[in-house]
Amino acid sequence: MSELAKLERRRRAIYGWLLLSPAAILLSLFAFYPSIATLWSSLFSRGTRRHPVEFVGVENYTDLFADPTFWIVVKNNLFYAGITVPLSMFIALSMALWANSKISAKGFVRTAYFTPTVLPMIAAANLWLFFYTPGLGVLDQIGSLFGLPSVNWLGQPETALWAIIIVTVWKESGFFMIFYLAALQTIPEDLREAVDIEGTSRWTYTRRIVLPMLMPMTLFIGVNAVINSVKLIDHLFILTKGGPSDASKLILYYIWEQAFAFFDTPHAAALTMMVLLVLGIVAAVQFYFIDRRTHYQ
Amino acid sequence: MSRFTKSFDTIGAVLLAIIWIAPLLFAVWAAVHSTSDAVNFRLTSPWTMSNFQAAWDGAPWGKYFLNTFLLVTVVLIGQFIVTTLAGYAFAQVQFPGKDIAFLLVLLQLFILPEVLIVENYAMVSRLGLFDSILGVGMPYMASAFGIFLMRQAFKSVPIELDEAARIEGCSRLGILLKVYVPLAKPTYLAYALVSVSTHWNNFLWPLIVTNSPETRPITVGLSIFGAPENGVDISIISAATLMSVAPLLVAFLIFQRQFVQAFLRSGIK
Repeated sequence: MSELAKLERRRRAIYGWLLLSPAAILLSLFAFYPSIATLWSSLFSRGTRRHPVEFVGVENYTDLFADPTFWIVVKNNLFYAGITVPLSMFIALSMALWANSKISAKGFVRTAYFTPTVLPMIAAANLWLFFYTPGLGVLDQIGSLFGLPSVNWLGQPETALWAIIIVTVWKESGFFMIFYLAALQTIPEDLREAVDIEGTSRWTYTRRIVLPMLMPMTLFIGVNAVINSVKLIDHLFILTKGGPSDASKLILYYIWEQAFAFFDTPHAAALTMMVLLVLGIVAAVQFYFIDRRTHYQ
Repeated sequence: MSRFTKSFDTIGAVLLAIIWIAPLLFAVWAAVHSTSDAVNFRLTSPWTMSNFQAAWDGAPWGKYFLNTFLLVTVVLIGQFIVTTLAGYAFAQVQFPGKDIAFLLVLLQLFILPEVLIVENYAMVSRLGLFDSILGVGMPYMASAFGIFLMRQAFKSVPIELDEAARIEGCSRLGILLKVYVPLAKPTYLAYALVSVSTHWNNFLWPLIVTNSPETRPITVGLSIFGAPENGVDISIISAATLMSVAPLLVAFLIFQRQFVQAFLRSGIK
């Protein structure tokens, strides 16, 4: 009997790993091995004809820390995250509260909010180009109605990053709205009715009941918004290419530039390692909070 | 809710909605007018389709569309096979090392393929897949997110059905295909919608891995077409942009409910 059980267990083990093998191979090829290879190549110098590749330890990292562009890019990305994360979440929440209330034209409103989500970032950038173009663009035309001078939104360091931020917020708010909508629909109707009978103001109801009940979803959306602030950079290729003078350059774009425009793989690898570290911290935060949440439920 | 706040809400919501689709509306406006009529907002100026004609003639769009179509199909088929097998293993098979394997899969949720562009590029070249549609699609096939989704779906299948099928003499693979897969149909549909719209819109990775019109998807084609060096004007760019988003946008407007449900299902664990 125990022989049979052992045989059965072994068969199940083989079966389980067989089922898993395609995923395991692909994940190794395109996630685990590349992560380790990135770490490895970030510790070596860039090989040229004269100087072959050699181990340089953390030199690539210290190079980056000494490079002013690196700090500009980090600052830009922190600013980008610092504005897009709260702003898109706030707009998403307002959209969801509206799309969930008993207003007329609800269908139209929901569709309008969600539509940017299905567009590619490249297309979104092209649409916004028409807004930002100096002189001819929609923003300048509106400005000129009020006698304001023409502004080169994408071409000057003070406004370029803002122009990028607005496109990102426009693109992702509708997506986050959907999640808030789902969470709103799980709040029982009786709470609302009880509040109406008590005569509590709508603001108090929103602040004391709705917002606390949306907390877990807010956390989930927040994590996604932070990840997006690393990931969403496609529009840079159309709108600013990181310029003028690096004013709108973000980390992932900088990695792309280092690796595929300057062919400086070691520094690109060191940059990538730092991004992976940040994403790892985000993951840890999320797991920690989700753990806590499941504990007291 | 009082009458006043209700109409106030309606105005606010509709105003925001109009602001939100304004970029699309302006693109439509620009696409159907000559450039000078478009930028000067001559409201009574005649409509024209010549921008679409000019845009269409300016790049091999037919090829780009076909490439994007092939890409999303290849990715989806790959994802269905890989995530079905792995999701089933995690949901219903007991084997040693399962928990650690699952943790490793979850880890990939945070190792974004977008971030690993440098080494993934090296890997794709090593495999001889540079400038091929398979090369663009392959890094996305073992999606941790998809595996997680399928595991959840298969976990909710009652074990009695599994046992009944086994007593009937169904093989293990047969059970997976005849019992589990059909019951998880809504999950497959949701996953398909999310996957297709993600990869239809993907840009950075295809930009790196493709190098010719033979493999380039529509997003990369559009970015090259609209590059300032090419000196294309705003009306033609708008026409090209609308053209390239049209299939997905029309599909979205028709299947709006399913789209929204799909995105919801994909996000909520």
